[in-house]
Amino acid sequence: MGVIGDLAKGMAVTWGQMVQTIFGKGLVTTQYPKEMREKPQRFHGRHVLNRYPDGMEKCIGCELCAGACPARCIYVRGKENPPDEPVSPGERFGFVYEINMLRCIFCALCVEACPTEAITMTQLFEMSTGNRGDAIYTKDELLVGVDGTPNHMFPDDPLADIGELAKADGWMRATASQGRVAYEGIPGWTPSAGVGLRPPEPGQDRSIETDRDPAQDEEE
Amino acid sequence: MDTVDIVIVLAKAVAAFALLMVVTVLLVWAERKIVADMQNRLGPMRAGPFGILQTVADGLKLFFKEQITPAKSDVAIYLLAPLLAVVPAFLMFLVVPIGRPFNVTLGGQIREISLQAMDLNIGLLYILAISSVAVYAVVLAGWSSGSKYPLLGGVRATAQAISYEAAMGLALVALVVYASISDATADTLSVARIVELQQGTYATAGGSGILNTLAGFVPRWNIIPQFVAFGVFAVAAVAETNRAPFDLVEAEQEIVGGFHTEYSGMRFAMFFLAEYINMFTMSAIAVSLFLGGWSGPFLDSIGGFGATILSLVYFFAKVFVLLFMFIWLRASLPRLRYDQLMQLGWKRLIPTALVWLVASTLVVAWRQFGAPWA
Repeated sequence: MGVIGDLAKGMAVTWGQMVQTIFGKGLVTTQYPKEMREKPQRFHGRHVLNRYPDGMEKCIGCELCAGACPARCIYVRGKENPPDEPVSPGERFGFVYEINMLRCIFCALCVEACPTEAITMTQLFEMSTGNRGDAIYTKDELLVGVDGTPNHMFPDDPLADIGELAKADGWMRATASQGRVAYEGIPGWTPSAGVGLRPPEPGQDRSIETDRDPAQDEEE
Repeated sequence: MDTVDIVIVLAKAVAAFALLMVVTVLLVWAERKIVADMQNRLGPMRAGPFGILQTVADGLKLFFKEQITPAKSDVAIYLLAPLLAVVPAFLMFLVVPIGRPFNVTLGGQIREISLQAMDLNIGLLYILAISSVAVYAVVLAGWSSGSKYPLLGGVRATAQAISYEAAMGLALVALVVYASISDATADTLSVARIVELQQGTYATAGGSGILNTLAGFVPRWNIIPQFVAFGVFAVAAVAETNRAPFDLVEAEQEIVGGFHTEYSGMRFAMFFLAEYINMFTMSAIAVSLFLGGWSGPFLDSIGGFGATILSLVYFFAKVFVLLFMFIWLRASLPRLRYDQLMQLGWKRLIPTALVWLVASTLVVAWRQFGAPWA
């Protein structure tokens, strides 16, 4: 009976799985373009270049991101800010900013390297293009709008989920944010993509949120 | 045989063709859905409601694909093989009665229309013969492709067909001998006759007692006395149709696509079609021979054309159960190794079928002619 028993055992497994699936349990498929899966909070999607709430660009054209990039996929060329119409609060601004998404490995070392939190990552992952040229994202694609909304590559596409772009990565370096003494040793949460403060992740110290008073920052 | 008869036969042939095509479309879809369910997936969802038109879409795609002929192939045989696969698949179905015959007045006389393209009095031999021809398609496709993997598939088909056809034939002989109990003078090689002999229940007419009442609920199907023959036939049928776990001839993981590796477009589609028609036909034959065919309760009390419709429902319900078994097996079992296949065929199935044939023949002879010493 050994063989017959084993046979019945195997058939019982598939039968059980079938009944389970018919009643909607254990089904792992998501109807992808129609329904989106919730992505992990620190999902590394494509980059954005952020702005300050007043509309100034955060990028100061320092090229640290390009230096940190292990795939050498970032090209930055800085330029002196025009005195009467400055683009960024610093001396210089990112005049040319290109990321070759075909080479990018989405390690986020550029995000860590950035001293002004100008470059962060979003949860957007749909980056297929019809030709190689389109895979090189320039400032036009990377820079968020004045209201902080990231650029969507295909905003007219019926499948485009514009709201998803707002879930930009709020993760920051665990050091003194922007060189401010008050943040020394405190992992900071900053507004990224101009969508305001994000709540701390599970396990994060909730008091950090209240610690950070923008007005107090100004005084220092 | 007048003109009306010829028209009727032609109409039946066309109807059988159409039925098999529709059944294939639905069966491929059903298989994909059921296997998907067993693997916690959804299966085809996009083409039509629940993806039911997926097979049509696939067929259209294959229709427009390029048909490649390998440079080293033996062209004539290479082109013949797909036809040799499809034609026997259709032919085999012709002797299977799918419903209760009904009477209709045509051309000034009452005619009995059987739902069977042709009632051959050698139906079972015909089935065995045609199913042997179908094997040639696989063998010739493998050998004419001029490529190593198809050749391996063809060689496997040769061995597998010989091993399992013998077992299948022996199981059917036991069945035929048993069927002659009811009526020794009848054409017990005719499929329609075998179905007719399975009408009713196992209750003895005029009998009494609790056992007889209980037997009144047991349909007079051949599977009950001939369960071993059914088991052998079922295993051999799966092997004959080259379905998992006996799909060594195509064995994607080992020999790419086996015999159909070098086929593309409609030529591949023909092999595909043949496989599913064979599955359906084998189930239909198993239902007719062992599970009472189109018979079922209430047929006689309804009578007429209504009974024919009901008998069709019974038939297709039974066939679907067997088809589900085919699919279930495919979703559950890993492929047999070549030596395991040979062992199962020669050391298990054929001896079982032989012993069963002798035993059941002795019982039949005893009942027919009395004890040898009497």
